[in-house]
Amino acid sequence: MNGRRSAILSAISMGLGQLYNRQYMKGILLLLTEAAALGYFIPRLVHDLWGIWTLGDAPSKMVKVGKIYQTVKGDHSIFLMINGLITVLILALFIAIYLMNIRDAYRTGTTRDQGGKAANFRESISYVWDRKFPHLLLTIPGLGVLFLTIMPIVFMILLSFTNYSLPQHIPPAKLVDWVGFNTFKDLLTLKSWSRTFFGVFTWTIIWAVLATATCYFGGLLVALLIEQKDVKFKKLWRTLFILPYAIPQLISLLVMRNLFNGQFGPVNQYLSYFGFGKLPWLTDPTWAKATAILVNMWVGIPVSMVLILGVLTAIPKDLYEAADVDGASGYQKFRIVTLPFVLFATAPILITQFAGNINNFNLIFLLTNGEPLNGEYQYAGSTDLLVTWLYKLTLNNSQFNMASAIGIIIFIIIATFSIINYRRTKSFKEEDMIQ
Amino acid sequence: MKVGQSKSRFIRLTLSYVVLTVIAIGCLYPALWVLLSSFRPGTSLYSDSFIPKSFTLSHYTELFQSKVFLYGRWYLNTLKIAVLSMIFSTILSTMSMYALSRFRFKGRKTLLTTLLVLGMFPGFMSLVPVYIFLLQLNLLDTHAAIIIVYSAGSVLMNGFVIKGFFDTIPRSLDESARIDGANHLQIFYRIMLPLARPILIYVALTTFAGAWVDFIFARLVLRSKENWTLAVGMWDLVSSYQNSNFTMFAAGAVLIAVPITLLFVFLQKFLVQGLTAGASKG
Repeated sequence: MNGRRSAILSAISMGLGQLYNRQYMKGILLLLTEAAALGYFIPRLVHDLWGIWTLGDAPSKMVKVGKIYQTVKGDHSIFLMINGLITVLILALFIAIYLMNIRDAYRTGTTRDQGGKAANFRESISYVWDRKFPHLLLTIPGLGVLFLTIMPIVFMILLSFTNYSLPQHIPPAKLVDWVGFNTFKDLLTLKSWSRTFFGVFTWTIIWAVLATATCYFGGLLVALLIEQKDVKFKKLWRTLFILPYAIPQLISLLVMRNLFNGQFGPVNQYLSYFGFGKLPWLTDPTWAKATAILVNMWVGIPVSMVLILGVLTAIPKDLYEAADVDGASGYQKFRIVTLPFVLFATAPILITQFAGNINNFNLIFLLTNGEPLNGEYQYAGSTDLLVTWLYKLTLNNSQFNMASAIGIIIFIIIATFSIINYRRTKSFKEEDMIQ
Repeated sequence: MKVGQSKSRFIRLTLSYVVLTVIAIGCLYPALWVLLSSFRPGTSLYSDSFIPKSFTLSHYTELFQSKVFLYGRWYLNTLKIAVLSMIFSTILSTMSMYALSRFRFKGRKTLLTTLLVLGMFPGFMSLVPVYIFLLQLNLLDTHAAIIIVYSAGSVLMNGFVIKGFFDTIPRSLDESARIDGANHLQIFYRIMLPLARPILIYVALTTFAGAWVDFIFARLVLRSKENWTLAVGMWDLVSSYQNSNFTMFAAGAVLIAVPITLLFVFLQKFLVQGLTAGASKG
């Protein structure tokens, strides 16, 4: 009886059911929450929902007032969209809290029906502290992720279904409209866009494969060299080789850009000193791609080396002893024992690195900035990856809808690789193994 | 037979040392080159010898005296942002990952999967909405905005490394502490934190370094020159004055890189642990 009654009361207004159950403190707090929420929603809910649905109907325009023109502020579609999105998120949070409030009232009421006593405020607090501890810990990070990660991502997904781009649809002078899948259609079928897209896409994949493979096998080679039994100064070598990883990428890549400078850079200086001609390291499309991979080896091999060194020390010694007994040569031992073991243990890393390389923004942006320019491409250069192209489209060319569509495509590629990978790895499968 | 073997061993060893030395030179050369360039008189990128004929500190003093490059100011800004982001993001990500690793509650798996999926979106896809969001909150061009965004982002960046480490700490430890009457918070900072020290250092170090050199987001949010960070300033220096002022860039680069490089080299052990833990996600 009490259960239903307090649930209904709480459904009418937050906190009423709790007050009915004589949980005064809790009831008052909930009432205050509802008051705050109403204060937030009443002035804006309808307008915001209208805004995200229509994206506004009146752009800013100049109106003649007397003798002078004045700007009349119209609807700014993008602000309407973000505000709408924020309001929807807050509304969802509020509804969730509201439902919990009803459930809580119902439970307390039922407890009282069965002859129990409603928890007083201190008991409630200690219950939350003890039983809901993980939820407490996750509240702040959760809010951060919700508003700074999820909200932006949803926004970007929404953007790709609009025509938000130069030159026709930039607020506040113009409105933005929903256009369905047109952006994706343009990207794949309009000649100017599709040529760029497939060109950049192909290079991105080639880049990711080559960059991952070179770093991986480079790291393997270095690790094997250091781990040879009779090589001295192991620690010194390791420290030296880890140095490129320790230097901030921002610096090392800008430095590399100068090192490979075609006119004055030292690399070309040495080449001409030894009688070779100067090479167009960063100015010829093919050379620039090769340089990017070379520089990426410099940056990436240390990480692979560290990881593989870790794996090498974990290979059971008796495997090698058994191979020795069978009279295996050094190379055979490597092929039969070392390589399979390392490959097996590092397979997940390989996939993560591959995904990371598809998104390797820093390297391309800081080293080549996507250049040399490519006349056939729309807003992209010869070494641009999908991510750097996306960045340029957003920040330099204001093609926001295209950029979002590309972002979604990148996401689909990465997600395909990663989900398969993660699902198999330890943190999902074996996390309860250690008790 | 014996002679042949020792001969082939000799060849192998010599070859190994030669290759190792070549690689070592390759690793060191760019760093040394910048260091030496920063002491070279003049401003140009071109030089006719690797080791400059005379040394000067003028580029360093110029950095701090210049009216155009507020290098000292940027250095302090960057230090502040990096330290605060490091503190907040380490706290936030350890707290949330402690909850996700230690407790079993409804929706936990969904939450973990969500975090994984979110981590796969290209990070700066969120640039524009975050920009407008900060604009609405009146936080543009403030350091608080940058710190908030870095800290919130770190949960996604480092979460799984930390969680993986927490997962390896035996549950029996906190269960027995529970029986002894410790509450969750006490278990967290008396038992978990001390045990997780290596991974905490790794996370703190990488977020510090990340905030120290990030320029994509900083460039978007920090509009006025006095509020810039080092990375933004250096980026500006390179893109607008590259060939005319290379030596000054070199000096600036050395001052940015040295603290991070030293930290990384001295804390190598923790880095290796973190990298290995992060790689196996376990």
